[in-house]
This record gives sequence, structure tokens and C-alpha cells, in this order.
Amino acid sequence: MVSEQLVDLSRLQFAATALYHFLFVPLTIGMVWLLVIMESVYVMTGKPLYKDMTRFWGKLFGINFALGVTTGITLEFQFGTNWAYYSHYVGDIFGAPLAIEGLMAFFLESTMIGLFFFGWDRLSRRQHLMVTLLMALGTNLSALWILIANGWMQNPVGAEFSYVTMRMELTDFQAVLFNPDAQAKFVHTVSAGYVTGAMFVLSISSWYLLRRRDVEFAKRSFGIAAAFGFASVCSVIVLGDESGYTVGEAQQTKLAAMEAMWETEPAPAAFNLVAIPNEAGMKNDFAIEIPWLMGLIGTRSLDRQIPGIKEIKAKNRVRIVSGIEAVTALDALRRNRDDAAARRSFEAHKADLGFGLLLKKYVSRFDQVTPAIIDKAVNDTVPRVAPMFWSFRLMVALGLAMLLLFGLALWHSVKGDFTDKPRLLRAALYALPMPWIACEVGWFVAEYGRQPWTIYGVLPTHLSVSTLSVDSLYGSLAGFVGFYTVLLVVEMYLMIRFARQGPGSLGTGRYANEAHA
Amino acid sequence: MLDYESLKLIWWLLVGVLLVGFAVMDGHDMGVGTLLPFVARDDIERRVVINTVGPHWDGNQVWFITGGGALFAAWPLVYATAFSGFYWAMLAVLWALFFRPVGFDYRSKISHPTWRKTWDWGLFIGGAVPPLIFGVAFGNLFQGVPFSFDDHLVSTYSGSFRDLLNPFALLAGVVSTALITFHGAIYLAHRTQGEIQWRALRAAGFFGGLLVLSFAAAGVWLWMGIPGYVIQSTVEAAALPDPLAKTVVREAGAWFANYRRYPLTLGLPVLGFAGVVAAQVLARSGRTLAAFWASALAIAGVIGTAGAALFPFVMPSSVDPRASLTVWDSVSSQLTLNIMLWATLIFMPLIVLYTSWAYRVMGGKVSAAYIRENSHSAY
Repeated sequence: MVSEQLVDLSRLQFAATALYHFLFVPLTIGMVWLLVIMESVYVMTGKPLYKDMTRFWGKLFGINFALGVTTGITLEFQFGTNWAYYSHYVGDIFGAPLAIEGLMAFFLESTMIGLFFFGWDRLSRRQHLMVTLLMALGTNLSALWILIANGWMQNPVGAEFSYVTMRMELTDFQAVLFNPDAQAKFVHTVSAGYVTGAMFVLSISSWYLLRRRDVEFAKRSFGIAAAFGFASVCSVIVLGDESGYTVGEAQQTKLAAMEAMWETEPAPAAFNLVAIPNEAGMKNDFAIEIPWLMGLIGTRSLDRQIPGIKEIKAKNRVRIVSGIEAVTALDALRRNRDDAAARRSFEAHKADLGFGLLLKKYVSRFDQVTPAIIDKAVNDTVPRVAPMFWSFRLMVALGLAMLLLFGLALWHSVKGDFTDKPRLLRAALYALPMPWIACEVGWFVAEYGRQPWTIYGVLPTHLSVSTLSVDSLYGSLAGFVGFYTVLLVVEMYLMIRFARQGPGSLGTGRYANEAHA
Repeated sequence: MLDYESLKLIWWLLVGVLLVGFAVMDGHDMGVGTLLPFVARDDIERRVVINTVGPHWDGNQVWFITGGGALFAAWPLVYATAFSGFYWAMLAVLWALFFRPVGFDYRSKISHPTWRKTWDWGLFIGGAVPPLIFGVAFGNLFQGVPFSFDDHLVSTYSGSFRDLLNPFALLAGVVSTALITFHGAIYLAHRTQGEIQWRALRAAGFFGGLLVLSFAAAGVWLWMGIPGYVIQSTVEAAALPDPLAKTVVREAGAWFANYRRYPLTLGLPVLGFAGVVAAQVLARSGRTLAAFWASALAIAGVIGTAGAALFPFVMPSSVDPRASLTVWDSVSSQLTLNIMLWATLIFMPLIVLYTSWAYRVMGGKVSAAYIRENSHSAY
């Protein structure tokens, strides 16, 4: 059996490196479109101010992008280094979107980014705009392929297990591409990135305006960010991840956990605005409910039911018991592929193989399974409710706060009086961390909510790890923490330095704080 | 859809092409990074050297990332077993690569000399360590890697990082470091002039010599002292991949069996040696672009030499030889290989097209005057 400490450390390392990577990605995804907008205005009007805007915000974009690239390689390595069995077991499906991401998107983005920074004097205006546009396209396509891969982890469609190769094999690539879960995730995640990019420009512009410097530059930037941010935040909320929550069992489980919905209620279910979930008693000790809302959000209908946690667990118990047969038959088939009885039993119970594998957390041989162990495995099938419940609410609250802020910012930028609204500008300045917190919390809801699986219903997390020593994990984790801390300090130092200096850092002679040297 | 056997063979070739592509493209900017502290004396010179690859290193690095992705998609069991088995070696590559994006992008944003020198050495590490470790890894492939599988194909690696650093593997590390640094030096000679170009040519002389010697020495050592692996059971190339279904033995001289059976493959080591010599001659006569392509051919020759010797093995197991990973039994399903083939056939030409365009736009010699004029925007 795999040691629990190894599993926990592997998860911690993946979570830490993925959350860290995701500090940089949303800003890249969003800011790149702001650069496209600014440069388009420049090409259409010929006003140098817009070129300066593209170049200055581009400079900050570049500082952020460098760390996005640095920390992105870690993630691609880590499936192999730390999740070897996962890589073997689902690589046939999961590897393809990652490879296509490189071929189709990342090459484009990374080649164009070089021309974006260095090509200003060597390309015509239109050519340079095309470069920026292709860079944006590459960035967003990259997100698409990554989320197709991630969507498959939540809702593993188009694949089947083979006992000969002892892994999942692709049967329908289109199903993987058009996985509704992946599509919903893509829209939600890139929109969240757009909000992050808009907030970044809005906040820093507000800071210049509060100090009454580089006013013209900051005003235009603020206006673009307000409009783009408002549209994006509407998209995040309306086209939220929830539109995908009815498609698969993983999402239903997540939904029940993040809503602390223990019982299946008659449709449409009520929404728990706040609650104190009681894990042991499988109930809420206290709850303020809004009737109907949950049913509407979760199913977009008035008559479809949403299963509660107790119902989900009862179904999973049946699948675990059937999964025992599947694993037993698989073991027989691995010894002798021509065992006809084993093959019949395997075909009958194959769909529940993953649920049977859940028991391997507790026993190595299936004749040791007791009802108490089955109970434990059943309880594992739903993630802990309180962290899901509260992190989801934090994400939604931040989303609504940003909706309000961008709404006000847009309103006053249309009226043209935002430069005289110091309270709005200050609010925009202090709201800077909001989208990052929302993105990180959103990642947590999506991935912690998938536990105990790496691939929902197919492969449990505890079987996915590489067989490494616990010492190796402590060592590598310490290395990552050390490297990443230094990198973050350096990045923040540069970011703050150049944000403070402002467009003067371009050395054009048109702004405050002109750069020397 | 192509038949499974052909797809397996094509993917062996494609992984090779991606590896060569990585070494040619990312290799030249890694080589430039390795040479940075030695061919450039003051800050302006160093900025000249860095800016020869400034607009391109990022796109080039995607060869590495795509190579990793392709390995994952086409040879998942190799990706899983190699990356987890070579855990600390992989982390060393990864951590060395950390220095590149930040080194390139952050170095010239602050003018403090200590800041800049620190990142210069960061770029050196990011350029020198990955080729060294890849070479060491290849050296270990020839000797077999201590991994085994259980019934459910869970792999266990029973070696340590120290075991990887054996003499033959270190020699292979010298070969690959010399190869990549040589390539970087030739590229640098193409993109610079005057003093820096002259130093780059001298570096090319040194590393070219080292490459020829170490490559030849590795061949002799392999011939004399390292037994190869042979599949003893009948090879069922079109079968569903199951690495435990075959029997494998070690045999002296087996790494040369393919050369005996297909004498044409001897062209690969010849290409390796000839490419180096041709690149030297061409660079010295001022035809530096042609020299770059000659050096790229040398890379294809050296990597091809290793691949042809190992075929059909990818990663032999020293503790349980039947578990050795081969091109026949560590691959993805026929459907995935087919889809990935199409994706590669569609996108690879596009990538080559826009990458060449980027090099053309940013082409020409990088000079000190260019750096002074673009002090705020250049690296």
C-alpha cells in the first residue's frame, strides 16, 4: 500500500506549485487582450499615447509572463516526476491535449511574444498588431487545451479501461474535445483571467490618478480597463462554472459539498446563504436558506432534482461493492488473460473499477475487506463540506464585489467624472488582490472538490502517485518553496518598481519619472 | 488510420525529430547561455550576446515543453517511468531552467552590476545544466536503469541519484554539453561581429574538438565495455502494448547489432563527425549561416547515433530486463498515436514557418550600437 504521508506530500507539492503558477496565468490571459485593445486603438488613431500604453502595460505583462513560463514547466514535469502511475494510467488521453497545447498554442504565444517586445521598429504597425493578436490567441488557446485536459479529470468521457494494457484508452477524441465540463471551465477560467487583467490596469491607473500624475495616460487606461472588466466580470458570473455542474457525477458531488446539501430536496432546492455544516452528523447545525435558488442555479430548471450528499453516498456504496468484483476479476485476468469467467465478471463490473480501487487505500488484498472499511471508503467519496462551502462563498462574494466595482468604474468613466472620485479610485486601488484571491479559491473548489479522485470515478488520488521516498518529497518540496519564494520576491520587487515609475520607464520623454541610463 | 506497427515506428522517428528540434533550437540559446560569462567581458558585450537570442529563447523553449508533452502523449509509460525514476535529475533540470525566463527578462531591468552578474551566472546554469543532465540520462539508458513493474504496472525505481553519475554516463554528459555549447558558439558567431565573434569561434574550436574526442571515446567504450539488450522472444510489433510480455537478455556488443544489420545507419555517426568539421570550416570562412545548419546536422547525427543503437529499446531495465521499455510496448493506443500524428503534421510546418519569419524579422548582427539605442527595451 502507498504510504499516506507520501500521498499527502505529493498533493501538497502539486497544490503549492499549481496555485503558485496560477498567480501569474490569469493576469497573462487577461492582460494580453487589453494590449490588443490598446494597440488596435493606436493603429486606428495613430496616437502615440496608445502605443506608449501598449508598451508600458506590456512591460509589466512581460515581468509577469516570465514567472508564468518558469512555473508552468514545473507542472508539465510534475505529472511524470510525482504522479507516475497517473501518467501511465491516463496518459493515453490526458497527454494528447497537453502535447497539442504545445504544438498549437504555446509555440505561437512564445514566438510572438519575442516579436511583441523586440519587433516594434522592425514591423509595420499592422504587422505588429497582428503579432500581438496572435500572441493573445496563443495564450487563450493554451488555456483551452489545458482546460480540456482538466475537464477530462472531472468528467472522463470518451475513454475505456483495457486490462491488457492496464490503463484507460482513448475511444472518442471528439467527446474529450467537446466535453461540456471542459467548455464551461474554459469560459469561466479565461473570463476570470480577463477580470484579473482589467483589475490590474484599473488599480494601477487609479493610483496614478490619485497622485495626479501621468493623468492622460492613466485616464485612458482606466476607461479601457473599466469597460473590459465589466464585460468580463458579467461573463464570469453568468457563464460560471456552475453551468457545467449538472453534467457529471463529479460535479454533482462538488455541488452538494459546496452547498452543504445533505438531503435530496424536492425541486427546486433551496440555497444555503450561510450555514454551519456538521460533518459527523451529516446535517447543518444552522442555515439561512433562500428558497428555489439552488435548484435554479444548479439545474437551470424548476423541476429537476439535485442529489444530496446522503443520496450520493448511498449510490457510491453500491458501486464500491460492485468495484470489489471488478478488481478481483482484473487481478485474475492479469494472471491469465484467457480466464473466461473472470472476463465475464470484469465486463459486468468494469464501470465500477475505480470505486473498487478506492479500497486500496485501506487494504492490499481484497479478502481483508470488512464492512467498516467499506464505510470508510464510502465516506471518502465526498470531499469535506466546510472548506468547500466557505471557499465557494468567498469566491462568489469577491465576484459580486468586483461586479459592483467595475459597474461603478464603467458608469463614471462613461460620465467622464471618475478622476474626481477619490473614493472610487481608492476602492479600485485596494481591490487589487481580489481577483487573485478569487482565482485561487476557485481553483481550490474545483480540485479539492474532486477528491478522493484524480480522475473522477476512474483513478483514486492515493494510487496516482510515484513510488518515491518521503524524504525525496520533503527535499523537493523544500526546494520548490525556496526557489519560489526568491522568485516571488524578485518579481514583486520589479513589478512594484516599474508600476511606481510608470510610463516614464519607457524613456520617451513624455512622462513623469523619466528613466535615465 | 495507419496500422499500429507503422504508427509505433513513426512515433519513434517523431520523438527523435522533436529531440533533434529541441537540441537545434533550444540548444543554441542554451549554448549561448553557457558561453555568456566567457565570451563577453563587459556589460554591453554581455547584452549583445544575450540579445542574439533575446527574441527567440522563449519560442525555442517550447520545443522542450512540446517534447515533454509528446512523450507524455505518445510514450506515457516512458514519460512516467523516466521522470519519476530520474527524480532528482529531472528536478535539477527543472530548477536550472528556472533561471532562464527570469534571467533573460529581469537581468537588464536593473542596472546594478551585482544584480546583472548574478543573472549572468543564472543564464549559465540554465544553459549548461540541462544538456549535461540529458547526456548523463542517455548514458544511463545504455547501461540499463534499475526499475521494475508490479502486476498493475506500478513502477518502482531502485537506484539513487549518485548511481546515475557513473563514468560512462558522465562521458555521455560531456558529449551532449560539448555538442550544445559548440552549436551555441556557431550561432553566436553568426549573430555577432568583431571581438565577440572571434571569441565565439575560438569556443567553437575548443568544444568542437571536445565533441569529436568524447563522441569517439563513448563509441569505443560502448563497443568494449557495455553489453547491450536483446529481445529474445518473438517481437509482436502490432500487439497491444504490454512491457511484461517479452523476454530480454543482455549481450556483449548488442548495441551495435543495428549497425551490423543495417549498415546505412553508420551514416549517422559519420554525419555527427562530418557536421562538426564542416561547421568549423564554414564558420571560419565567414559562411556562418551554413555553419549553423552543418552544426544542426551534427546534432541530428549524434542523437541519431544513440537512437539507432538503442532501437527498439527506449529505456532498458537493469533489474528486470523483461520490463524494459521499447518502441513496441510502451506506447499509446493506436487512436492516440494517429491523432497525435495528424496534430504534428498540421502544426509542425506552421511552427517552422512562423519561427523562420521571427528569425528573419529579428535577423542581422547584434551590435553594441543596437544595445545603446534600445537601452530601455533590449534585454
